[in-house]
Amino acid sequence: MHLSAEDFQAIALTLQLASVTTVLLLLLATPVAWWLAHTHSAWRAPVASFVALPLVLPPTVLGFYLLVALGPNGPIGQFTQWAGWGTLAFSFWGLVLGSVVYSLPFAVQPLVNAFEAMGPRPMEVAATLRASKWDAFFTVAVPLAKPGFVMAAMLSFAHTVGEFGVVLMIGGNIPDKTRVVSTQIYGHVEAMAYSQAYGLAGVMLVFSFVVLLGLSWFNRRSTGHSNTRHQKAGT
Amino acid sequence: MTLRLMLAFASALFGVAAQAGEVTVAVAANFTAPMQKIALAFEQDTGHKAQLAFGATGKFYAQIKNGAPFAVLLAADDETPARLEKEGLAVAGARFTYATGRLALWSKSPNLVDEKGEVLRSNSFNKIAIADPKLAPYGMAAMEVIYKLGVQANVVPKLVQGESIGQTYQFVSTENAQLGFVALSQISIGGRITQGSAWIVPQNMHAPLKQDAVLLNAGKDNAAAQALLKYLQGDTAKAIITRYGYAL
Repeated sequence: MHLSAEDFQAIALTLQLASVTTVLLLLLATPVAWWLAHTHSAWRAPVASFVALPLVLPPTVLGFYLLVALGPNGPIGQFTQWAGWGTLAFSFWGLVLGSVVYSLPFAVQPLVNAFEAMGPRPMEVAATLRASKWDAFFTVAVPLAKPGFVMAAMLSFAHTVGEFGVVLMIGGNIPDKTRVVSTQIYGHVEAMAYSQAYGLAGVMLVFSFVVLLGLSWFNRRSTGHSNTRHQKAGT
Repeated sequence: MTLRLMLAFASALFGVAAQAGEVTVAVAANFTAPMQKIALAFEQDTGHKAQLAFGATGKFYAQIKNGAPFAVLLAADDETPARLEKEGLAVAGARFTYATGRLALWSKSPNLVDEKGEVLRSNSFNKIAIADPKLAPYGMAAMEVIYKLGVQANVVPKLVQGESIGQTYQFVSTENAQLGFVALSQISIGGRITQGSAWIVPQNMHAPLKQDAVLLNAGKDNAAAQALLKYLQGDTAKAIITRYGYAL
């Protein structure tokens, strides 16, 4: 398997993009998921559906909307120009924005599940012990929902690594700035450099498999744990 | 003309065209609009039906190599058809250039691009789009022009690449890139630029953008496929092709 310097560059950039995206997503998805798990508002269903949109929209559609929105006449483009950042298309931060949108449901859904599974009891108990809301959130809710956080992080990371259509639409294929592994593989295939494509695709395949394996292993372990905890609580 | 139409009608109505067949054609994405027109005329004139699939030439190559049932390939270059012929996937000796692409430097702003491409020496832009030179002949031609003008120092750091000439057009038309090298066929009809400003690059500034057609093995014994290849070299098709900004 022969990986070129450009291939390694693409791998490094992909890991960087996925890491930044995952951190931002956890920060953004936690309050959204908390709200979705606890609200009785009529807005719950529309918001939940909106958050899930990237699951079903073809990435090229998402990418095209983003390209138009990021452009100098689009709403995001107008804002970023006003803020003095120029336009974001064809830049690393443009890709980060695209990835956050694209992977949002993969961060939100596991957290919603975790917060819902927790039920209202732990927070109520914490409140009777005079913990402030924030204190209770960080010392009670976050540790209880830890499996949800781990799953959200792993899924966001892996999904961003596998992202293709959105990057293709808003990236511009600039080495070291927007050329990630998936677009690099696509370039190899299109240029009929199949042996290079095989090498990089192999790396991707092994990575994805390991992540999924890790997830199912982690899932099993954490559900095992919570079961024993429930049993203990029951006895 | 009316007689021909009536004949076409009659053959459609009575199924006279016992020899009327069907041909599945893989068409380079940049040739979409003219090919749709040509296919209509072809159907009317010959009774044969052309099923069109549009896409990137590199992708078609991979599909044909893996058994895709296309009878004819209208490629975006001349290398892929030659390669298919050499690899025994196409019928030898049936290759010809059906259109020659024209390159244009285009902006949506009405005054940005002048008639000599001098804008490339200026600082009035920070992103310029081209098609990926490794994948698309139009991208390669654009690089040739940039080097021929000696503006690479000013232009190369501002380059963004579309995976195809179609995506390059999107980058410029959404104004994420202020200008870009696109196909003349994308921005003109009947010799007129439809919007913005453009410099039609003289053909002697880059290797000719020859687009070749080839008869694939799946179409070897298909009468409709052979008829289509002949039709593409006829006057009706040629008129449509030049109207869409291609040279012959």
